[in-house]
Amino acid sequence: MTRPRLQTVFYTIAALIALIGLADSAYLTVMHLTGEDVLCGSGDCSVVLGSVYAAVRGIPTAAFGALAYFAVFSSALLAAFGYTRARIFLTLVVAVMFGVTLWLLYVQAFVLHAFCPFCLLSAALTFFLAGIVVATPSTTLEQSEGESSH
Amino acid sequence: MKRYLPFVIIAAVALLTVGAGAILYRAKQRAVAGGGVTRPSTSETGAEPLHVRGQPGAPVTLEEFGDFECPSCAATAQVIGKLEHDYGPRLRVVWRNFPLAMHAFALEAALAAEAAGLQGRFWEMHDLLYRNQAVWSKASNVRAFFNMYARSLGLDVERFAKDSASEEVKARVVSDGQHGVSRGVRNTPTIFINDREVRASFSPERLHEVIDAALAERTPKAFGADSGLPPAKIQPGEGRK
Repeated sequence: MTRPRLQTVFYTIAALIALIGLADSAYLTVMHLTGEDVLCGSGDCSVVLGSVYAAVRGIPTAAFGALAYFAVFSSALLAAFGYTRARIFLTLVVAVMFGVTLWLLYVQAFVLHAFCPFCLLSAALTFFLAGIVVATPSTTLEQSEGESSH
Repeated sequence: MKRYLPFVIIAAVALLTVGAGAILYRAKQRAVAGGGVTRPSTSETGAEPLHVRGQPGAPVTLEEFGDFECPSCAATAQVIGKLEHDYGPRLRVVWRNFPLAMHAFALEAALAAEAAGLQGRFWEMHDLLYRNQAVWSKASNVRAFFNMYARSLGLDVERFAKDSASEEVKARVVSDGQHGVSRGVRNTPTIFINDREVRASFSPERLHEVIDAALAERTPKAFGADSGLPPAKIQPGEGRK
């Protein structure tokens, strides 16, 4: 597979992952705004999503997540279409999301002692995105080196 | 055309997300709001039936006007719990809602307790709300906490959520508040023992003193005859176990 083609595949996967994250966080935002109880097996969702960490100055944390996923989707799509500046933006947004996700996982594990499956899904998606962002240049570089050696 | 394709896709996804979010929001809001709005009724004697814990014929009645978000009410709840234990059948406790406007979630908490009361678990919710006051009072979504408490008490959560938003439950809280104002209540907790307001602190010693004095004054028969309180109607399952 040629380098640009491989990059297109990676960025398309990133865009699709971001779409799942967007749906997840948009759902949580709506549930927060309506005050509805998010039902999940363990009942821990209420503890996490009703905590002080679920909103920043009255704005649901999930809404920031939705914006971030939308930014990732947009930049990944543009990157897949060959917009090089979008790749830098994508890397920056995913780096910030990665840091925030680590902090939110810490809060769930050590402060609230409760995990929300919807938040864990978002964390998994962010880790996937971070993996893709990190892997894309190195994979394509190896690939291109491999191609040049033949 | 290919040049504009990513922008068209991005715009479509943005519109789809906002549209789907708006539809879900409206659907959920309708579900939470429930029926139409009517003006809550009021009562000069406060909400009836009363929330009573203890024997109906107890010689001493401790009536509290409280706010679930008020920290001193939470502290007083512990003291009252100890008094109930100490005095046994000689003391009955009556609860009245008096949610203060200064507390953001006090009204919602009162509604939650009343909604639990409709399923016979008022006192259990009362105790849970006070025990966990430090947690839910700092929450951004208190309703989620109240629903969780309702679930932990084995209530029908759907009915609980509907009742919490009902005019019937709101009317009870408003009625208690108006009754409190008519009796000069301005702050929480305000405690009456056999219809006499207890001034100063609500330390266990102070309350013991007042209750002992009330016990010395009254016999069970005399109490029933001239108490200003309406007769207690204990809801099923409301007695302390």
